[in-house]
Amino acid sequence: MQVRVTINGEAREADVEPRLLLVHLVREVFRLTGTHIGCDTSHCGACTVLLDGRPVKSCTVLAVQADGRSVTTVEGLEQGGALHPVQQGFREAHGLQCGFCTPGMMLTACALLDANPDPSEDDIRRAISGNLCRCTGYVNIVRAVQHAAAAMRPAPKPQAA
Amino acid sequence: MIPPRFDYHAPASLDEALSLLAQYGDDARVLSGGQSLIPLLKLRLASPRVLVDINRIAPLARLEEADGSLVIGALVREADLETAAAVRARYPILLDTAGVIADPLVRNLATVCGNVAHADPANDHPATMLAVGAEAVVVSRRGTRRIRAADLFTGPFTTALAPDEILAEMRVPTPPALSGGAYVKLERKVGDFAIAAVAAQVTLGADGTCQRAGIGLTNVGLTPIEARQAASSLIGRRLDDAAVAEAARLAADAAEPTADHRGSVEYRRDLVRVLTARALRRAAARAGADGTTAQAA
Repeated sequence: MQVRVTINGEAREADVEPRLLLVHLVREVFRLTGTHIGCDTSHCGACTVLLDGRPVKSCTVLAVQADGRSVTTVEGLEQGGALHPVQQGFREAHGLQCGFCTPGMMLTACALLDANPDPSEDDIRRAISGNLCRCTGYVNIVRAVQHAAAAMRPAPKPQAA
Repeated sequence: MIPPRFDYHAPASLDEALSLLAQYGDDARVLSGGQSLIPLLKLRLASPRVLVDINRIAPLARLEEADGSLVIGALVREADLETAAAVRARYPILLDTAGVIADPLVRNLATVCGNVAHADPANDHPATMLAVGAEAVVVSRRGTRRIRAADLFTGPFTTALAPDEILAEMRVPTPPALSGGAYVKLERKVGDFAIAAVAAQVTLGADGTCQRAGIGLTNVGLTPIEARQAASSLIGRRLDDAAVAEAARLAADAAEPTADHRGSVEYRRDLVRVLTARALRRAAARAGADGTTAQAA
């Protein structure tokens, strides 16, 4: 079957078997290997991508279901050589150790900050509860998301002197 | 893990989907959120010849109050409940239930109707649908029929639906004033199935006595269980400690747990007692039994 997907803003097309999973379309057909395969059983969230802006586990979506839709992977976060504030946050706050969960964590964080620009620590922990970090670096992951949230908020208006 | 081969159809209309189901019958499976079905395909526990993907049938995404019910269409995602004003205001039991299913990423795709139709005794919505007295609206080429939640779950992973039928909507009755509900689940970790969980929905009279009660149990039997005796023991009584304790004991009697890695028979039965009491107290508080207004506790 023919699938047409807008991936990281670029229109792509592929001829796939209906049983192909979205994560395999992304990694093996489009060669975007920043999306990781972890548990392959929809537990760990390493394969998280944004489907029409919502984070989903791409090991549990058929590629044909993404036909006509937009997909964002970690490769789509950087714009014109500049890191996305969430990527910058993970770098500044030491939000990664081995890095395996990081692409999924960052995409989930992006969707959270889109919906809620000023999340509490509890909001962040709930949002990433479907993304597992086996280094258990959650404290710094939460800090990284807070760092990004602060960076993405519009600067306060200068106070009148 | 790779799913087995299947033919894939993504009809744009309900009529077209129903024709496909009429044609393929038992060889076809309906794909909505896919968060149970796709893992089953990957584990080769299911190998349907045909998948009928209903995700492109926009009218099935209906989520609104109509004709005295909250109408939850087949494509309403768990995450959609969290942002729906009517659900937040009047159906706290649905928010409780959706909020403990899997994790936020799964809930972005998983559907309420899929959780019901899949009829896994460990799924969370079936017990809630029993407690609130919901109805399923089921459609096929042969017509539309309504099935009470109490008649829907006929066995493990089995419902009263025929192979050519789609669960198009769940209809949850709009609770009258002085109503409240709660779903309380104990799980080993985020996203796991329940060790046990209990749904309770009550309606109080102006004098504070219970006029209607429904109690549903999750993952303590081959199907979700409606604890009818426990619920009827509350009718006409104030929901005080003695009434709650008696209903909790009767609910534990109604449970039919088996031992597995989540717990022994004795532990899970006693857990039903404890969780029933917690769910009833929260439901009563939300109904305003403590004299305050019906705030979501």
